[in-house]
Amino acid sequence: MITSPGAMQPRPPIRQALATPGRWLPTGPAAWLARCCEEAGSTPAVLRAFPAIGRRLGRGPLPDCEPAGGYGWTVDDAGRARLLVAASASRDEDSLTALLEQLYRHGDAAERRGVLRALDVLGLGERGLPLLRDALRTNDARLVAAAAGGEYAARMLPDADLAQAVLKCLFIGVPLAAVAAIPGRITPELARMTADFARERVAAGRDVPADAWVILAREPDAVTAAGLPAELESPVTGRRAAARRFFAARPTVSPERT
Amino acid sequence: MYFFDPHIHMTSRTTDDYERMYAAGIRAVCEPAFWMGQPRTSMGTFADYFDGLIGWERFRASQFGITHHCAIALNPKEANDPQLHDVLDLLPHYLEKDGVVAVGEVGYDSLTAEEEKVFATQLAMAAEHELPVLVHTPHRDKLAGTRRTLEVVAKSGIDPGTVLIDHLNELTAPVVAGTGCWLAFSVYPDTKMDEKRTARLIAELGTERVLVNSAADWGRSDPLKTIRTAEAMREAGFTEPDIERVFWHNPVAFYGQSGRLMLGDPDHDGHGMPDPATTYAGNSVLRGARPEEPVPGAPAQAER
Repeated sequence: MITSPGAMQPRPPIRQALATPGRWLPTGPAAWLARCCEEAGSTPAVLRAFPAIGRRLGRGPLPDCEPAGGYGWTVDDAGRARLLVAASASRDEDSLTALLEQLYRHGDAAERRGVLRALDVLGLGERGLPLLRDALRTNDARLVAAAAGGEYAARMLPDADLAQAVLKCLFIGVPLAAVAAIPGRITPELARMTADFARERVAAGRDVPADAWVILAREPDAVTAAGLPAELESPVTGRRAAARRFFAARPTVSPERT
Repeated sequence: MYFFDPHIHMTSRTTDDYERMYAAGIRAVCEPAFWMGQPRTSMGTFADYFDGLIGWERFRASQFGITHHCAIALNPKEANDPQLHDVLDLLPHYLEKDGVVAVGEVGYDSLTAEEEKVFATQLAMAAEHELPVLVHTPHRDKLAGTRRTLEVVAKSGIDPGTVLIDHLNELTAPVVAGTGCWLAFSVYPDTKMDEKRTARLIAELGTERVLVNSAADWGRSDPLKTIRTAEAMREAGFTEPDIERVFWHNPVAFYGQSGRLMLGDPDHDGHGMPDPATTYAGNSVLRGARPEEPVPGAPAQAER
C-alpha cells in the first residue's frame, strides 16, 4: 500500500540543475560531461566515465539546492544523474535496469549514491526498488539518505518499507529535512514506530533525536499510546530526566495534521 | 604530525586498532589487496573482496577519522593458481575507481613462471591506468627475488618513479637504492624489519623516496609500528621535518601520482572527500602544521 503521496514531483531545482550543468560546472568539466553524455549509448563508455565523475567534476554541494542537513545532492551526484539520463535515451527499460544494477553492484559509495539519485529523475517504475532496498540495508548514512530521502522512495516505496526507512534515518541521524516523503507520507503506523523508538530511548535514559517530533507532532496520540508521558513519573532518575528532555524538545506550535 | 601508513591490511584488524591508530596520529592508510591466509577458490570471492576494499572498509575507516585508500591486484601467492587468472579481467574495472591509488601487491612469492607472467601483466595495467605500483618482495630467496623484480620492472618500461619496492632489508635496500624506484620497509614485531634497524638503514640511505609501513594483517603484527619507528628515528637523531617526510609527505607524494588520493582537508565537503576544486590534481595535502582537529564523535550506531 502506498499512501497518497501528495506533491511528489522532484523539486524543480534538481531538474533545473540537471538541465543546466553550466551553472554548477566550470567550462572544462562541463565540456567533459557533455562528451560523456554524447557517448552514453555505449555501455563501456558509461562504465569508464561513471567512477571518474567525482575527480573530474568535484564533490561539493550542488549550488541552489536545499542543503538538507549535509545530505543533499552533490555535484558528482548531479553529474552521474545527468549521465544516466543521457544513457536512458537509447535504452529500453530492461537494458537501463541492467546498466544501473551493474553500476550499483560494483560501485563504491559515491557511485552507488549517484545511481540512487538518478532514480529520482529516470522514471523507471518499480525496477529500481531492489537497489533502493539494498541501500536501505547498509550502515552508510549517505547511502541511506539518498535511498530513503529521494523523490523515488517517496513515490514508489510501500508504506511498510517507507516507515522502516524513515525510522532508520532517525536511528542513524539522517535529518528528516533530507527526506522528501516527510511530511507527505506520515502514517499512524510510522508515528507508532517513532513513539515506540522514543520510549525505548527514554527508558534507557538516552536522548531522542529531535526530529522524532517532526512525525510525532502530527500524530500526538501516538506519544500517549507509547506510554511516554508516564516516563515523566518514572522512579528511575535517568528515565525521568530523559523524558523531560524529550518533552522539552516538543515544538510549541503544532503543525496542521495532514 | 600526522602519519600515513602506506601498507596495512585493515580488513584483518578491529575497531580498537582504528581507535588507537587515530589517537596516535594516523590519519590515512593504503590497504593493498593480498591473500587471506586461506586460498580463494573463485572469481566471486575476489570481486567481493575488492568491493569490500572500496566500500565497507573505506566506510569503516571513515567512522574513525582515518582516510582509507587501497591498491588492487592479483597477489603473488594466488598468481600460481591457474583457476584464478580470470581475476586479471576483473582488475580494469577497479583500477578506474576513486581511492584506488595503486596496483598492488604484485611481485614474486616463489619466483615461478606463473608469478612472473601475472606480475608483468599487472605492470602493464598500471601503465594503462596511470597508477603507481606496490611491489612485494619474497620472504624466501629475497636478494635474488629483489634483483629479478628490478629486471622485470626495467623490462616493462614503466617509470621507476611510479614503483615502490616493499619489505626491504639491509641486504636488499642497497640493491634498489639508485634505481629510481621507491623503497619501503615493513616493520614487524619479529620478522622482516624492526624499528631500530629501520632507523639505522634510513640513516644510511637518506629519507628521499623512502616509506615505512606496518604491513599489519591477520598475522602477528602491530598497526602502530609506523609510530614506533618514528620514535626510533627521533632517538637516532633525525629532525622532525625528516621524520614527517618519511611518514607523511613521501606516501602522499608516491600515491599522489595516481591523482586519486582522498585526503581530507579543512575545506573538504564533510564526506571525507575533498573537492578537487580546492586541491591540486585531485590530491590535497593534510599538512602536519594543521591545528589539531577534534576527535570524531562516537561512530554512527552500526547495525550488524
